[in-house]
Amino acid sequence: MQPFKFTKASDAGTAVQAVMTNSNAKFVAGGTNLIDLMKEGVETPSELVDISRLNLAQIRSTANGISIGALAKNTDTANHPLVRRDFPLLTQAILSGASAQIRNMATNGGNLMQRTRCTYFYDVSMACNRREPGAGCAALEGINRNHAIFGWNAACVDVHPSDMCVALAALDAAVNIQGQGGKTRAVPFADLYAAPDDMSAGKMLAGDTTLKQGELITSIDIPKNNFSDNSYYLKVRDRASFAFALVSVAAALDLGGGKIKQARIAMGGVAYKPWRATEAERFLTGKAATEENFAAAADIAMKDAKPLEHNKYKVELGKRAIAHALRKAANVKAA
Amino acid sequence: MGKEFEDEAGTAAEAASPPGEAAPEWWDVASQTPEAPVERECWDRPGVENADVFAEKMSEDEELLLDELGIFGESRRKFLGQATAVGVGAAVLQLLAEQRALAFDWPSTFVGDAPLENAVTVSLKVNGVQKTAEVDSRMVLLDALRERLGLTGSKKGCDHGQCGACTVIVDGRRVLSCLTLAAQCEGKDVTTIEGLAKGDSLHPMQTAFLKHDGFQCGYCTPGQICSAVALIQEAKDGEASYVTADVRQKAHSLSLSDEEIRERMSGNLCRCGAYPNIIDSIREVHTGKPTDELGSMGKEVKHAAV
Repeated sequence: MQPFKFTKASDAGTAVQAVMTNSNAKFVAGGTNLIDLMKEGVETPSELVDISRLNLAQIRSTANGISIGALAKNTDTANHPLVRRDFPLLTQAILSGASAQIRNMATNGGNLMQRTRCTYFYDVSMACNRREPGAGCAALEGINRNHAIFGWNAACVDVHPSDMCVALAALDAAVNIQGQGGKTRAVPFADLYAAPDDMSAGKMLAGDTTLKQGELITSIDIPKNNFSDNSYYLKVRDRASFAFALVSVAAALDLGGGKIKQARIAMGGVAYKPWRATEAERFLTGKAATEENFAAAADIAMKDAKPLEHNKYKVELGKRAIAHALRKAANVKAA
Repeated sequence: MGKEFEDEAGTAAEAASPPGEAAPEWWDVASQTPEAPVERECWDRPGVENADVFAEKMSEDEELLLDELGIFGESRRKFLGQATAVGVGAAVLQLLAEQRALAFDWPSTFVGDAPLENAVTVSLKVNGVQKTAEVDSRMVLLDALRERLGLTGSKKGCDHGQCGACTVIVDGRRVLSCLTLAAQCEGKDVTTIEGLAKGDSLHPMQTAFLKHDGFQCGYCTPGQICSAVALIQEAKDGEASYVTADVRQKAHSLSLSDEEIRERMSGNLCRCGAYPNIIDSIREVHTGKPTDELGSMGKEVKHAAV
């Protein structure tokens, strides 16, 4: 690990200032991803600004839904009574990720900011545009079994590793960000991650997101919804637990009068960000919650998939996963 | 090297001692009695008598590495003294650099008396004893426990958060000490495997692991046990897991199925495959009902659904 200066931030403003002033500085909270990357030599910050003691860990009810502090731990978020009661999809998604130990350490802000687990990103001897913009992408022609089937281009074929973020995408969350001079802004979840084609040299200073160097996530807002009775997070992986998703699906239905009033479908493990299947959602709106409709929606969701050499299986797997997640959400038994 | 961890309470060293060991801790330099006068070589540290005791404290890994380099006995000492002068491979230099950053009382030849480049003073409680030290900003809690406090119960398996061998309990929560910066532990309360027993009485989870053979080689066991102890509390607190049937159910004092225990222990790997016996051990403590020592062995084990 490269030597680095360790600074404890006394408040969010000074933390932001410190990381804005030093383009080689990074925030650290739970550290579960960053410390690992520093051990691998993938991340080499000259300074870590410790934000773990900042007062940003509250989870509270708001007029429009719920506000979740960026520094609340994943475990505490998943088990918060308000989250379990009103946003069980988020609870399930968080609990499907990592291990109990890691969820106890990891913060919500860090979960959003975690970096890809692409093996070519981790191996510093391989070409990777995420690690070194302009270097190329070794995964494109390499072993890309775990890689993207949506939204990729020749610059990068990685997938976003988070489960929590798949639920947040499905639930139309917004991310509150504090920048220079205490200025704040809210970013819709769909706009948080930068597309691979934005990956020209110099554009990735803050990592993989649209955040600028030094901008700090302070909280996440999730609007109220009618999905709490009918939602499900399905994760398909190489082993039963403690593995990243090959494909995951966050499915949420608002059912009434035998019809689907609203549907939400987001997928993990398929793109550089949680991938919303908006066309499939529109297809389901107003239809009956039947197995046939779910299968048709799954076909629609996967029709534009562009698999790579080794991940063609993800297309069929994705279809089945979407249909299964919708069935579980609607409590419809498989035929 | 920076300031070593110091006990703030007078009885601290005793309180931290493993049960049944009255002898001074090996890291307690001042209390070491030399058995015979030793020549001072490159092991000398200013102000420390008989610093050669550290020569005996190389880990098996370190011994092995030097053996692989073909360096034995006296030449080992010479090598250590001259390593910077002779042309050694980059890997060796890297190892020495890491040792310099991490090791406790490494020979002064490598440590030097220069202050740490990025020193952080941290004060934390370990197994009930307040400790204060100056650490390199890069030092993780696991290395601080093992290399600075001599608490070698917590194991370094993968060093990347994937195996759980380094699991300790911090402020009541099981965490991975290999991914926790020591510098971030100010004011924290750390419990390691050494802190679970009360005197000569083992923690019930330790007893259960012994009864059910919850281990074979034992390397993952300290992490397994720390993890399992925290798991019992999480179940009492009603925390959900991914295999919990309905996370919306109001929950407390959960009764965990074997599937639940497996899911909740998935962060602790065991390459010997002692899993069925680990589950038996945890189930026994969780339910409070003694179970057959044979437990799950030989029975069909239903795996967690995906």
